[in-house]
Amino acid sequence: MVKTMPKVDVVTVGVGWTGGIVAAECTKAGLKVVGLERGKDRGTANFANVHDEYRYAIRYELMQDLSKETVTFRNNRKQQALPMRQLGSFLLGEGLGGAGTHWNGQTYRFLPYDFELKTMTEKKYGKNFLGKDYQILDWGLTYDEVEPYFDKFEKTAGISGEENPLGPKRSDNYPNKPMKKTPLLKKFETASKKLGYHPYMIPSANLSAPYKNPYGQTINACQYCGFCERFGCEYGAKATPEVAVIPTALKSGKYEIRFNSNVVKVLTKGDKATGVKYIDTVTGEEYIQPADIVVLTSYMMNNAKLLMVSNIGTMYNPETGKGTLGRNYCYQIMPGATGFFDEQFNTFMGAGALGNCFDDFNGDNFDHSKLGFIHGANIALTQLGNRPIGNNPTHSDTPLWGAEWKKDSIMNYTRSLSVGGQGASIPYKENFLTLDPKYKDAYGVPLLQVNYDFTDQDKKLHKFISAKCGEVLKEMGAKKVEIRAELTNYNIVPYQSTHNTGGTVMSKTPEEGVVNNYLQHWDCENLFAVGAGAFANNSGYNPTDTVGALAFRCTEGIIKYSKKGGSLV
Amino acid sequence: MSNKDISRRDFLKTTGIATGTLIGGGLIGGLIGFNSKKTTAPTKSSNTNTNKTAETSEGKMFFTTDKDFNILAAATERIFPKDDLGPGAMELGVPYFIDRQLAGQYGSNSKEYMQGPFGKGEPTQGYQSRLTRAEIFIQGVQTLESEAQKRYKKSFTDITDKERDVILTALQKDEVKMKGVTAGFFFSLLRSATIEGAYSDPLYGGNRNMEGWRMKGFPGHQMSYINVIEKEGFQKIEPRSLGMH
Repeated sequence: MVKTMPKVDVVTVGVGWTGGIVAAECTKAGLKVVGLERGKDRGTANFANVHDEYRYAIRYELMQDLSKETVTFRNNRKQQALPMRQLGSFLLGEGLGGAGTHWNGQTYRFLPYDFELKTMTEKKYGKNFLGKDYQILDWGLTYDEVEPYFDKFEKTAGISGEENPLGPKRSDNYPNKPMKKTPLLKKFETASKKLGYHPYMIPSANLSAPYKNPYGQTINACQYCGFCERFGCEYGAKATPEVAVIPTALKSGKYEIRFNSNVVKVLTKGDKATGVKYIDTVTGEEYIQPADIVVLTSYMMNNAKLLMVSNIGTMYNPETGKGTLGRNYCYQIMPGATGFFDEQFNTFMGAGALGNCFDDFNGDNFDHSKLGFIHGANIALTQLGNRPIGNNPTHSDTPLWGAEWKKDSIMNYTRSLSVGGQGASIPYKENFLTLDPKYKDAYGVPLLQVNYDFTDQDKKLHKFISAKCGEVLKEMGAKKVEIRAELTNYNIVPYQSTHNTGGTVMSKTPEEGVVNNYLQHWDCENLFAVGAGAFANNSGYNPTDTVGALAFRCTEGIIKYSKKGGSLV
Repeated sequence: MSNKDISRRDFLKTTGIATGTLIGGGLIGGLIGFNSKKTTAPTKSSNTNTNKTAETSEGKMFFTTDKDFNILAAATERIFPKDDLGPGAMELGVPYFIDRQLAGQYGSNSKEYMQGPFGKGEPTQGYQSRLTRAEIFIQGVQTLESEAQKRYKKSFTDITDKERDVILTALQKDEVKMKGVTAGFFFSLLRSATIEGAYSDPLYGGNRNMEGWRMKGFPGHQMSYINVIEKEGFQKIEPRSLGMH
């Protein structure tokens, strides 16, 4: 027997950054909100024993339980898609705060170029610079239009940073000063300046000072303990949803979070959503949560999957290029180089967003006309706190085990540095999401299928940026520099980045994307899908600032819709 | 834990961080400085602690025979051998670490998708075996033994280091057949588990006396580096483990 719960104004699927922001803003506007979270409750108090690399970073304590649900993957349509049986390439979140609990906190704004990729690329390089298989789009929203939302998110998270010398215009400074410029970062800064670049401190959600955000929530000051990425912060010094926004929503008295509640379907009647169906993962019982407005606020993979299994929208077809749901799946290209030094560095200290970087080879800040690729990468040296299981840098000709490996990896644990780029990812016809015809999750729902491989664009970008990273290390005085090997096929095993984007892209017209520029579904006006799934392309940066900004944009739309109804564009 | 130490849990409780009732200003900064300074020298209590745990850390919860366990131990020692830098896998307790891991979640792949059908897949698609890690390790250890018998007519535990390396390399290169999994995959699991045992917190049974960390220059669990991160030059800090709270 399916039990129907009392109707609410808004139901969100997932309680991380986007679900938290939607809840905080909607309850402020007087709406009653229920957040359905498939994972468990957790927060700062649970992180007293978090300095445990093996449990949290290697065995993925805070991440999604894949025995319940995963994705399938293949490089191309000729292969048989198979389940991602263990985590690797990207780390899906689960539980209160989602991946926002174990993010590093690097908080960049996407570039004006990202939002108008099609128009600006065609204007400068002509209509067919990359070829027709690269499905670049404008987002239907310009940087200037997103700017106020960036500002809002940065103030909510207390971002600690300084102005990017090459960055777009800002309406205000970051709310906090940048983090400490350590000897390592100074070394990178000096070398970058010598090469004529424009370095600045990475905008950080690990706070440089205690801070009270506009919601009245306190975020503490970072202690540089070196356990940030893949960990929760025991100090409450990393801006996370459960620290920065969720307490405000809960305090309103208009918000309820239901844990262990796994949504399996968005329910519709005609062209409207009526609510969602979910399973209590403890009892196995099924529930219906009716709502006037349904907001998909889970990770981009799950947002796409829920629309697909609920039959909402038109599936993308890679044969014809028609359809929108699942298109423009993008990832992140990770170029870089390692430098080997004689001196020893304090590589084990740090914080998730402690670093220095420059954008001279990001976006369209340099001429691409003879390069055969567009966009680029933010190039950075980070001091995240290298831990010993995960960090065993060796020369490329050192064997993978045995005496020589032991010596080389121990020597270079504190004597090598990496400079890396986060390369933009440009949509390609064959890179898409769909439903897997064979494999199912623990509740009998089909798994999402990821079709993805690196493109020529990716390979050229990777090679170009890796060489630039190597030049910086040389300037920093490395006695030996090794450039990362050129890209071949995408491999889902080694960790690369949890910056998956696309699949439910926003667009100017219903023919191009899934949601409009309020993240409102084109075909279902009381359904919103917010998150990195809305990105029509990925940038040369971490995505969270843009995800947060879009969540504020979306919430503005939800509140408007709750009063007037109808399409918001 | 000695009474003189401010335990981590007490620290969090008294500063209110754990309950979120207090904002982290000067008080916390001061306490953290105090605490991290205290941790720079090895304390007597830490040594007694490790000796005491060593007595109870040598039981086996997964392997049923000493023979299999000793083969595993010999293999891990070749991956992470004792040298002039410090102890190898055996002295660090790595085989015991692996034994415990195989008896728990890790060994039964309980947080991983293990539903069929199982396809062979491309290398880019990762783990596709129907076997759990526990099953793979047992078969892998027995494969090491049968290869030693086949090649040298002796047990893996009785052959020379060089001969062991020949066999391990053959597994790494997938030149040996295993059932339901490739030898190369078993080797990569064995390699990862050995490194994990050498460098994880001693609470898991490896990295005994934090010698793995000491060798590498990793100070383990420190509450804060805020007072030293801006200093020039390498900071040598005596490691701390979670059990020393």
